[in-house]
Amino acid sequence: MPAIILLLILAAVISIILAIGLGPVSVPPATVAKIIGSKIPFCKDYFSPTWAKVDENIVWGLRFPRVLLGMIVGSSLSVTGVAMQALVRNHLADPFILGVSSGASATATLGMLFGVFSFFGTYSLSISAFIGAAISIMIVYTISRVRGRINIPQLLLSGVALSMIMDAITRIITLSAPNALGLHNVTYWLSGSLAGAKWGYLTLPAATICLCMVILMANHRALNALLMGDETAGTLGFNVGRLQKMLVLVSSLMAGTTIAVSGTVGFVGLMVPHITRLFVGSDHKRVLPVCALLGGILVVWVDVAARLIIAPEELPLGVLTAIFGGPLFIWLLKRNTSKW
Amino acid sequence: MKLQVENLSFAYDQEPVIENISITVKKGEFVGLIGPNGSGKSTILKNLYRALQPKGGVVKLDGDDLFKLNYKQAAKKIGVVGQENSLPFDFTVEEIVAMGRSPYKKIFDGDTLEDKEIINKSLAYMGIAEMAKRNYLHLSGGEKQRVLLARAIAQQTDFLLLDEPTNHLDIGYQIQILDFVKNLKVTVLAALHDLNLAAMYCNRLYVLKNGCIYKSGTPEEVLTPEIIYDVYGIRADVSVHPVTKKLTITFLPGSLNIN
Repeated sequence: MPAIILLLILAAVISIILAIGLGPVSVPPATVAKIIGSKIPFCKDYFSPTWAKVDENIVWGLRFPRVLLGMIVGSSLSVTGVAMQALVRNHLADPFILGVSSGASATATLGMLFGVFSFFGTYSLSISAFIGAAISIMIVYTISRVRGRINIPQLLLSGVALSMIMDAITRIITLSAPNALGLHNVTYWLSGSLAGAKWGYLTLPAATICLCMVILMANHRALNALLMGDETAGTLGFNVGRLQKMLVLVSSLMAGTTIAVSGTVGFVGLMVPHITRLFVGSDHKRVLPVCALLGGILVVWVDVAARLIIAPEELPLGVLTAIFGGPLFIWLLKRNTSKW
Repeated sequence: MKLQVENLSFAYDQEPVIENISITVKKGEFVGLIGPNGSGKSTILKNLYRALQPKGGVVKLDGDDLFKLNYKQAAKKIGVVGQENSLPFDFTVEEIVAMGRSPYKKIFDGDTLEDKEIINKSLAYMGIAEMAKRNYLHLSGGEKQRVLLARAIAQQTDFLLLDEPTNHLDIGYQIQILDFVKNLKVTVLAALHDLNLAAMYCNRLYVLKNGCIYKSGTPEEVLTPEIIYDVYGIRADVSVHPVTKKLTITFLPGSLNIN
């Protein structure tokens, strides 16, 4: 198990270095590594600047924050998927499918265009997205609970209905937008993209994923027990009501802060946990760290594809994840019909 | 006295499901709850393992108020085995049995050598040590039930609540599971479907009808043709089996025209 984690960390580092180099203007990996090395406080003496200033600007100013943001967004979305899947006890749960992303987008749009949440200051966008995510999770969870059990058709259908309602609300908000510049920003952001990432964007989502990972890892036994069912988890000594509240909070925090910086990137929370479980089983002690690393690596590479496929133009990241993730969802749905 | 239930009542909204249930289980006893479908057997057990909130009544476990214990404390005292339930995720047998150690774990605690030993012993006791690495989903119904019982054993409680643990199993597995439970020498309160099995394994029985206790006592006192007819609406012949020395119940369906 530690070997897998080490291997994945190594893969993540290599992915980051390679991904920074790739784009409409490419920079050799060795140069990338040197530029990054020169920024680390104690190592900078070992790296004399042999590279062009423009390379440094691309690597340090543009690509590195973007790639790191991809890493964080991928980890957060994947871990959100794991948390939501434990909450509803089904591996079809994902912030995008259950309308959580749409809910976060609706409130975030409200905040961006009308400044509704501006009293929260710098983090108003993240907090508004968090509020929307939390409301959506609670609505879907309440609707799909029938006699204390999550009813799967009800879960998926309420997710679809909620996405539609929230998307409609978003549409109304954007149509009544008071200014054109804000509208342009919202439209760009809604399609799901990492373009425009700045160093300042990284702090809050990075802190959130770290905090949530610690909370989830601390509760890995409880998450395992929850997969056996609410009643069984209770008989194994877990306070199920409190756990469910914790999962709603943690999922909304991660979904909210992620969506605030990247817009809606769908299906990552569905694909990555599924692939992870194929390799390491369902024990959350292994699923959580593997999922976080794998999710980050996946999004970093999908973002590279988004930059390169129609270069110099960019594809929105959310479009690409939907093209890969949608078919996987359908396949899972077909495969699991028998288990319901 | 291990378990003392007094005037336990439960209602879904306003509709009462069980009313004024009083049950006692002495240390080491194997007590059965029998009765037709919907008579409240499972509801009583669910109230005892706190999946449902009772409307009224007092439950004492080892003299302490059960409802004042927190979930962890309760899980160290009561093990629960329900019907084999569907699990939409891949777990190995070993991982499921390891879950029985949960109530003894603080956050961030890993499995210690002692835990591993307890898990291995539970697996070995249930005769499933060689299945440890297999996927739970791929097991047969009887094997799954053995895994769930092994989990309850790993929980190291001296009191087990069994909710129709032998449902959907073929007769070989039914007897095997109940033999395993009996040999554990712990106190047991079990909802059972099959009257012959109840007569064979239980020291005492509570008969439920429409959410109330209709009769209680030893199998000989309770399983009379009259009571069986009153509760299940079927005529039966009850005799002591010459080999087992236990009651054996033969049902007499109307279509056979026996007088």
